[in-house]
This record gives sequence, structure tokens and C-alpha cells, in this order.
Amino acid sequence: MSVSTCPSEPRAAGALDALDRAIVLATQSGLPLVPDPWGAVGRSLGLDGDEVRSRMARMQEAGIIRRVAAVPNHYRLGYLANGMTVWNVDDAEVLRLGCEVARLPGVSHCYRRPRHLPDWPYNLFVMLHGRTRAEVERQAERLRERLGDACRDHRILYSSRILKKTGLRLAGRVDRQGGQR
Amino acid sequence: MVALDALDRRLIDAFQRDLPLCERPYAAMAEQLGVSEAAVLARLNRLDAEGVLSRVGPVFDHARAGASLLAAVAVPDAERDAAAAVINASPGVNHNYAREPQAREPQAREDLVREQRYNLWFVMTAADESQLTARLDALEAELGRPLLRLPMLEAFHIDLGFPIPWAELEGA
Repeated sequence: MSVSTCPSEPRAAGALDALDRAIVLATQSGLPLVPDPWGAVGRSLGLDGDEVRSRMARMQEAGIIRRVAAVPNHYRLGYLANGMTVWNVDDAEVLRLGCEVARLPGVSHCYRRPRHLPDWPYNLFVMLHGRTRAEVERQAERLRERLGDACRDHRILYSSRILKKTGLRLAGRVDRQGGQR
Repeated sequence: MVALDALDRRLIDAFQRDLPLCERPYAAMAEQLGVSEAAVLARLNRLDAEGVLSRVGPVFDHARAGASLLAAVAVPDAERDAAAAVINASPGVNHNYAREPQAREPQAREDLVREQRYNLWFVMTAADESQLTARLDALEAELGRPLLRLPMLEAFHIDLGFPIPWAELEGA
């Protein structure tokens, strides 16, 4: 795995040239499920399949592509509850603790974000996934224990409705499917 | 939950984090799983069609392929659907969730009243930072309400998948 996650070093955005952007546009909703997917993408762009593959490898190297994978839809696998948990953690401890809680079960994303006082005191965001809200609450309880005295308060925000969910969309894309799951 | 057989599960377990960027990726997957390339393609097509996979392909880092930001806005319940429609129609918005907070501690009720105004959450994306700011400013003006802007300062864990506990899920 080429991605360092704890903590991530801020890297400059790798420059995407016009061909890279065309490849992003052509692959962001998925690779063709045919024996030679690179060639299939390349044909739609007037590129060689090897060129497509080497550019994608370079984008992965640069961190622009995090991974190329069979990306599961957790909801369809039975993870019916997802909770965005937000934590008010001592600034002196948040880096160390963020690394620790990112490894706990059920965690898909863990980010530090700025507070906006007085309305929004939370500086650590942890996405939790479980079959039920009770399970997400148990996961949150384990997080609470791990954070200990460094945590002053937290909230669990459940998604009551998914109003829109898509992968990355670069401007200029023609959405052939016309909608998302 | 969709019924998945042993091969479906092995496929997801083995390739939800990474699949080989080689010349014939599905043939390489097939070799690892001990089945034919055609069988892997048939599985991927079915899992994709059933929505078990959201896609087979690259996961882009918005921050590096462009710019992105998590934002929230507080709207009264009666206006929530209308505001959500405005947000969805706004260029660059790619996730939009209605979220409800729950207070764990009773003494936090007062804070909760203030925070639960933030009931629509979305991710705004753009080609670069200046376009991102322009899009957020335009949406803020259209909604007539301030946006809570929450840029990512540090990523400790970024959607690399996690082991799926198949047996536990079956018990649900």
C-alpha cells in the first residue's frame, strides 16, 4: 500500500495535464469490465492502452489516485447505519489520538478539521459504519474510552437520508448514467 | 443484504483495497483466486449491477486531483428539501446527506440545540482552490445562509476499506 495515512504529509497537488484529466473523466465511474480495460479506455480517448495504464500508475504514485479497487458499497453489504462522529479533542493530543482511533473497528475515515467557535467546537471527525445504530454507538463508546480525558465532548450525526452520492466528478463530464445509486 | 457466495466474498476481501495495475488485471485477479478470467468478469459485472460494488476502478483524492471541502448548513426542517435541491443542483457538489445529531449527555442539550441547525452536509469539489471558494460563496449567497466550512487539515485514515466481518453481517 503506497498511501501513508498516519498522518498524511501534505503534498502538492500533482499537476494533471489534459490527457490525465481525460483519463480521470473516462474512469471515475469505473473501469470497463472487459479483459483489456486500459485498451478500452484508450480507444475512447485515442490513446494506447499502455499509455493509459502508465499514466494511471503515475497518478497513483503521486497520490492523486488513492487506489484502484473493487470498491464495496457498504450499505448493500448490510452496514445500514453510518455515523459521522465529531469529537472535541485537546489540540495538543489530537494528532497522536487521531492516529490511534483511526485503527479502531468500523472506522472508514478519520480527519482533523478546524473548529468554528462558538458554534462548532469539534476538531476530529471519525466516520463509523455498523449494521445498526446500537453497533455504531458501541464503536463510539470504544473511541470515547480511547480518547479519555483529552476529549471534552462528542456527537454522533447519523445520515437520515442520502440525498446525493457520487464519486469524484470533474467539471465537464457528461454523465452517461444520468443518475447515481 | 444481498446473498453473496464464497467466491464473491474472497473477491471483495482480496481486491477492495487494491487491484493489480498490470496489463490484464482481471486475469491476474483470476489467477490469484484460482478461477478463470471470464468468471471474474462475470462476478464483477453481477456485483456491480446488484450495487454490491459501487464501482471497479480508481478512487481519486479530491484534494490532489483538485480541491474539495466538507460543508454544512443549518436550515429549518420545513425548508430542508428545498435547500437540499439547491445544494444538489450546485456545480461541484458530490455528496449530500441529511444528518441528525444525537446528544449523549443531558447537560449538552443546550449545545445540541445550537448545533443541530447543521442538518445538511455535503462535499463541494472544484478544479482548484479559487474555484472552490467561488462555488461555496455562490452557493452561500443562493441559500442565504452561512456555510460551516470544514477543510481537511490532517488525514489519519482515508477510505482504504476495512475487513468485512462476513459472519457477523450474516447474523444481522
